[in-house]
Amino acid sequence: MELTTIWFSLIAVLWIGYFALEGFDFGVGILLPVLGRTEPERRVLINTIGPVWDGNEVWVLVAGGATFAAFPEWYATLFSGFYLPLLLILVALIVRGVAFEYRAKRDDDRWRAAWDKAIFFGSLLPAVLWGVAFANILRGVPIDADFEYVGGFFNLLNPYALLGGVMTLLLFVTHGAMFIALKTDGEIRVRARALAVRTGIGAAAVAVAFLGWTQLDTGSTGSAVLFVAAAVSLLAGLFAVERLREGWGFIGTFATIVLGVAGLFVALFPDVMPTSLADGAGLTTTTAAATTYTLKIMTVVAVVFTPVVLVYQGWTYWVFRKRIAVHHIPGFETSETVGPRS
Amino acid sequence: MDVLDFARWQFGIITVYHFLFVPITIGLSAVIAGYETAWVRTGNVKWLRLTKFFGKLFLINFALGVVTGIVQEFQFGMNWSDYSRFVGDVFGAPLAIEGLLAFFLESTFLGLWIFGWDRLNPKLHVACIWAVHIGTLFSAYFILAANSWMQHPVGYKFNPETGRAEMTDFAAVLFNKVQLVTFPHTIMAAYMTGAAFVVGVSFWSMMQRRNSADRAVYHLGVRTGAAVMLLAGIGVAVSGDFSGKVMTEVQPMKMAAAEAQYESEQPADFSLFTIGTPDGLEEKFAIKVPKLLSFLATGSTDGRVEGINQLRVQYQETYGTDPGARYYSPEGYVPNIPVSYWSFRFMIGLGVVGAALAGLVLFVTRREKTPVGRHWRWIAIALPLLPLVANSFGWLFTEMGRQPWAVFGLMTTAQSVSPGVSAFEAGTSLVVLTLVYAVLAVVEVGLILKYVKAGAAPDPVTPDHTDDHPDRPLAFAY
Repeated sequence: MELTTIWFSLIAVLWIGYFALEGFDFGVGILLPVLGRTEPERRVLINTIGPVWDGNEVWVLVAGGATFAAFPEWYATLFSGFYLPLLLILVALIVRGVAFEYRAKRDDDRWRAAWDKAIFFGSLLPAVLWGVAFANILRGVPIDADFEYVGGFFNLLNPYALLGGVMTLLLFVTHGAMFIALKTDGEIRVRARALAVRTGIGAAAVAVAFLGWTQLDTGSTGSAVLFVAAAVSLLAGLFAVERLREGWGFIGTFATIVLGVAGLFVALFPDVMPTSLADGAGLTTTTAAATTYTLKIMTVVAVVFTPVVLVYQGWTYWVFRKRIAVHHIPGFETSETVGPRS
Repeated sequence: MDVLDFARWQFGIITVYHFLFVPITIGLSAVIAGYETAWVRTGNVKWLRLTKFFGKLFLINFALGVVTGIVQEFQFGMNWSDYSRFVGDVFGAPLAIEGLLAFFLESTFLGLWIFGWDRLNPKLHVACIWAVHIGTLFSAYFILAANSWMQHPVGYKFNPETGRAEMTDFAAVLFNKVQLVTFPHTIMAAYMTGAAFVVGVSFWSMMQRRNSADRAVYHLGVRTGAAVMLLAGIGVAVSGDFSGKVMTEVQPMKMAAAEAQYESEQPADFSLFTIGTPDGLEEKFAIKVPKLLSFLATGSTDGRVEGINQLRVQYQETYGTDPGARYYSPEGYVPNIPVSYWSFRFMIGLGVVGAALAGLVLFVTRREKTPVGRHWRWIAIALPLLPLVANSFGWLFTEMGRQPWAVFGLMTTAQSVSPGVSAFEAGTSLVVLTLVYAVLAVVEVGLILKYVKAGAAPDPVTPDHTDDHPDRPLAFAY
């Protein structure tokens, strides 16, 4: 396999990892005001992702850095072209990250309410905008012969891209609900299960529409197989959580995101940023790539260190595998009994 | 203001701001790891109290370091896309490796450390904070290698076909001679900054609680912090001396600008203080130390130091007419002289004062003493700020002193900016990020002060990681 293809695949893996992991912590953030009816419940929700959200977020930093190194032209065109959406994502990630850390630092309802809003919007915006951004990459945007994006902001808000944003939003919310059902105990766990099924049905409908559209536009046999597998996983996950099998439910949405995003990258290949202009020049894995020398070095580094990262990140999830309930939150030890176990 | 102005201001504001949190993270993680190691080895609860006290402050600081770091990585592509296209083949690799090796290590093990008090045995727990610290060192190494390449590009070849710099020797990039002096200089400065934070907070708390049993805990913090700060301060000075000599060799104009020296001299004097015209062209009053500049720049008291006028001619011969002339160098290749001159002096001056104060604090707190007098409180407040501000001046000096170049000798800052980004976009980004950062700064300082005033928690319960009762509350929760 060519080095550029290997690196296209590795960058796909990084984005897949990012969406499969941060996807659920975005979902938890969005569900904070929905499932967290009382203060201890909101703290339960935040603490399910407390030890892991930051590690999840690193996936996007590495994806960005790897794109910079392996496909400098892609990095330059994408980041300067999608300027305002990326700025919004940045601001969202900033306030959200700070919110997790600072929320519990003052015993003051208004303080906590403000940070809760930051967590909600800081999770909601990127959950939508990443979908919008990826849909636009797939669809093709106006890129001129110098690889410069010339489309402006509103060009990014087309029906296909917005549908992509709705899809990632609903998928992440469902994924988050599955994670909450898996990681909590008591009443909140029951509510999360019910919610996962409801949003999951919506996510499935939108995903079929968006992925079908994508398949008709740019799909290949490979992407079709992956899209169908993604849809099957989602339905299987919803079925599992209906049957109170939360672990399988979470694996279902996890697999949905992995397969769906993989399908999108397969549909994109060998382009990385196609142009919609007749006289423009789209970026491909060849025209955007770094030199063979740089790609070789990066390959060695990635092959050696990625497995190490996966091992210790996986270990973190093992260390914090216990379910959290309201009575585990310091200060609320006696406020609720264990609740209906199932 | 055009896109270039906005992008430059944003880079300056965002980067200086980010680097307020970075050195504290590097330095404080080392000190805390030291404290926790001491606790695990001796079982003395004072060490645990210091670990927990500074751990809490560390997390408040770390949060802002992380989130402001995201902007750092994104803004190369957003505001400096032509730069990214030109250097990506060389500059992208250390950035990507930084993410893979450092960011994962820091964030994952910090999560384990914060939430793992009751989940991990003490030895494993202390290993987590060491892993965080090692992550910060990896991070610093790779990002400084990238910066050193901008200061002194090596291990690359310009490819006229693709119009970009292409990497030919990764080892040369990683072991660039600028990097070999910059890394120790920056890390020593970070240790000094982290330790200064510990001394300032402990010293203030000790004077607040001079009659309480807690005094001994803070006294320990003062002693250990001041010792690290003083040693690191000496390290900063030594590595800075090497750094000055390497810089004189690779970027003579930067060092000429540091002294605002227009004509070559042998030997060259160093002025401690100068009042001149605002453009730095004329000198009205100065206090000078004979031959010191020769020594700083060349290692010999009568070495020759080239002046700005001679260097300009040299640069024009080497690089042609200045392609970035509209920035700070109407006459070509000259950085902003007052900024270079004063930032160089403030960097050194504040660092030296900081190290001297660390020595003084060590002296006045010897044999369990707690000094009396209001002025000591001011010193406690000044201590953490001195190295912090010195760091900022150091970066202002080395980055502004490199202008008009973004990559020295290869690409100017004016050539680096994104051609497709509008002034509206770049201006919005500058305003929005500056406002968000300003609000967060207020919130952050407020929280730090609150938790400093609250003090070290009394005798923290030694966490029991073997207690597996299903209803046991979390040892730490957000």
